[in-house]
Amino acid sequence: MNGEELTEQETALYDRQIRVWGADAQRRLSKSHILVYGMKGTVAEFCKNIVLAGVGSVTLVDDRAVTEEALSANFLILPDENLYNGKTLAEVCCDSLKEFNPMVHVSVEKGDVSTFGLEFFEKFDAVVTSCCSLTKKKKLEETIECQLEYPSFEDATTVPWKALPKRVSKLYFAMREQFEDVEGRIPGETSTADLPGVLKLRKELCETNSMNESQIPDALLERLLIGTSEYPPVCAIIGGILGQEVIKAISGKGDPLKNFFFFDAMDGKGLIEDISKP
Amino acid sequence: MASDEQLSAIKRAKVLMVGAGGIGCELLKTLALSGFQDIHVIDMDTIEVSNLNRQFLFRQSHVGQSKAKVARDAVLRFRPNISITPHHANVKESRFNVDFFKEFDVVLNGLDNLDARRHVNRLCLAADVPLVESGTTGFLGQVTVHLKGKTECYECQPKPAPKTYPVCTITSTPSKFVHCIVWAKDLLFAKLFGDKNQENDLNVRSSDTASSSEHSEDVFECRKDEDIEQYGRRIYDHIFGHNIEVALSNEETWKNRNKPRPIYSKDILPMKITKENGDTEKDCATGDVSAMASLSLKNPQDIWSLAESSRVFLEALRLFFSKRGKEIGNLTFDKDDQLAVEFVTAAANIRASSFGIPLHSLFEAKGIAGNIVHAVATTNAIIAGLIVIEAIKVLKKDNNNFRMTYCLEHPSRKLLLMPVEPYEPNKACPVCSETPLSLEINTHHSKLRDFIEKIVKGKLGMNFPVIMQGASILYEVGEDLEEDMVAIYAANLEKALSELPSPVTSGTVLTVEDLQQEFSCSINIKHREEFDEEKEPDGMVLSGWVEAPVDKDNNKPIGNGESTSNALPSEEILEVEKDVEFQEPSAGAEPITGKKRTLSEVDGSRNQKTPEKLDVDDDDDDELVISNDWESLTKKKRV
Repeated sequence: MNGEELTEQETALYDRQIRVWGADAQRRLSKSHILVYGMKGTVAEFCKNIVLAGVGSVTLVDDRAVTEEALSANFLILPDENLYNGKTLAEVCCDSLKEFNPMVHVSVEKGDVSTFGLEFFEKFDAVVTSCCSLTKKKKLEETIECQLEYPSFEDATTVPWKALPKRVSKLYFAMREQFEDVEGRIPGETSTADLPGVLKLRKELCETNSMNESQIPDALLERLLIGTSEYPPVCAIIGGILGQEVIKAISGKGDPLKNFFFFDAMDGKGLIEDISKP
Repeated sequence: MASDEQLSAIKRAKVLMVGAGGIGCELLKTLALSGFQDIHVIDMDTIEVSNLNRQFLFRQSHVGQSKAKVARDAVLRFRPNISITPHHANVKESRFNVDFFKEFDVVLNGLDNLDARRHVNRLCLAADVPLVESGTTGFLGQVTVHLKGKTECYECQPKPAPKTYPVCTITSTPSKFVHCIVWAKDLLFAKLFGDKNQENDLNVRSSDTASSSEHSEDVFECRKDEDIEQYGRRIYDHIFGHNIEVALSNEETWKNRNKPRPIYSKDILPMKITKENGDTEKDCATGDVSAMASLSLKNPQDIWSLAESSRVFLEALRLFFSKRGKEIGNLTFDKDDQLAVEFVTAAANIRASSFGIPLHSLFEAKGIAGNIVHAVATTNAIIAGLIVIEAIKVLKKDNNNFRMTYCLEHPSRKLLLMPVEPYEPNKACPVCSETPLSLEINTHHSKLRDFIEKIVKGKLGMNFPVIMQGASILYEVGEDLEEDMVAIYAANLEKALSELPSPVTSGTVLTVEDLQQEFSCSINIKHREEFDEEKEPDGMVLSGWVEAPVDKDNNKPIGNGESTSNALPSEEILEVEKDVEFQEPSAGAEPITGKKRTLSEVDGSRNQKTPEKLDVDDDDDDELVISNDWESLTKKKRV
């Protein structure tokens, strides 16, 4: 952490992973700062992974209170009311994460992330968001400058659909977000009752993009609507992939995947799609 | 995503986890979050510092404690109302018998060695319990599902055996650094610090065997008037100087090879160096004796020069004798023994220098000598998620949707996680389909003991074997054997096969069994006089046994790690089939007969999962599972 060489303690602790990515990469990791917004199960997994990896610091943002639902897929929250009462999600998770690696500085930042200015974001090497509405994400992007040559989220979701390879059925995740946005919903709160509304949206979007509606199967849309609660095995998988990518980006060891990763437990495929403006 | 039916299947399930390490910690956490309520965990290990970078249920304060127990306590903190039963024990113990395994709905492996995996595979077959296997190395990983009679068992496909090296490569003609490590660890270290009564191939075989071996007995004993430094230099000169000169005298060996050069300590280091170092007592205080520390060599990633290696060699030797004298005669190499690692690195480097092989850092040498598997948390987390997904399918009896899933380091055809259909059982698999084997062996020279060590325990992986010829028992192990039987068996061990009470000769059929594994095998014996020392170092050739030919001389990557040493049971790295090239079976092994079919070919009326067929013109349907693509990926022979 301080100075150029890894300490003896770090060498002993990180031995097995230094054998994967080397001492230089480990040093770079130990100097990095990550901002995380939205403490869902997947993000909890991600945080665990980067803390174990030995990043310099992790800053958590999530002012929501602890709920039953949060407990269900987030192993960082201990189900003891005495412990979590009065604390925000970020604070509770922070307490647990610190234990995984005393060498990593884990802290909490309060407030609405999308209102923070550039100086706040400048401190960080990577920003990970979830539980974020489409509007918020776009706003965030306006503020943060992306170092890597990756298309912005906005660009990606507005690419004319016809240009995309037909296999990209899962992109329609993004559709749900649009739906939520348009209807003013809180991210993640949809149900089967919304299906007609979504189907309508599909019709409109398909028309705009001159695509056959049947390319977006009803069944998929249904699944996207009901599947709003997190599924722990998938949290572990996505949290793992996400962790790997951030580690790669920071350590400079290998290019992060470009640029969307989809996993569907039904067919077991972990697919990478490059969705950018042609 | 979980339906009510699925949730109740999960709630009722009784799950066995074998291994509470890298995969185990992630798995236990995910199982608990997913609603599992009755989990047993078996792990014989205790926690070490190097585990903490990924085995996140453990803390610094837990070092030395049982992994199974601490993992359980940690998970109960966030799921206090489920039942987790830890077993701090070796899964090979007799109490984990078929009846024990039968109690579970599914068995999930998170092991790190081939031996234990085979053992569990056999018990699952015997108990008819589904097994979900897995493994990771660095960024690679895989999950496979095994159902008796329905899919391949874990042993249906060849698994690379731990790498072994011919004795002469190690003792006389090393060409790679790993050869030098094996020499330093299994020969030199063992000779100097280990059991003096053990047979040791340390000395070069020369025509003058009789006198040189007598001479060598004296060499390694410390002389009365000798101080530690003199002793150290004498040993150094003997093994790196004299022995090399003796080897050079045999011209034949070096006809087509680069000659090594002898190295003498006086040429590399000035005399009496240890006296310069005034700080030799500082290591006492820390309790951690280290040659590097006393020589102020700080960075384990630095590659020492020949001179530095020589200094470390002498200093480590001195420290062993002066600070750890009591242990000498009983020591075995342990990768967590800093001084041992320093000594082996130094010795290997000096030998490497002599043979023109590049030197390596302590960090690298330790990895090779200790068979260290590189590992990160993320891959384990991903694999654990995949294991749970398969486990749930098993519980729902969703037999047509099982998958083998491969986690790749770089995407292949855009897939980072690649699902593959399981294959049906291999009809020639001796483990799950009782095919007889053949063994060529010199029945007049080879003893029963050799047969048992090399074949029955070594290749077949049996722990408590019973060897029978027809109705007569030639050998067995057990707790309630009568004394006279025990004596007979002990005597049998030392007899050549043809001289056993029931002689074993060409044409004899032996039955070998392990009652605990409920694994039984017939072996047809064929007598053969001669065996090639280099190609057939065991002096026996087993055919019909499904095993990948051990590729002795090229760097075939086995899961990105180097598996070394013929002496120790290696921590077997996973076997990611994409990286293993299946070559032609070697002469002697019977080819795998029968056409291997994927499950969808077997069960014609497949496709019970919700078809998400996109209504498109071309065939870019992404929902079909890619059994054909798989072959081109692995270049596997489909017979």
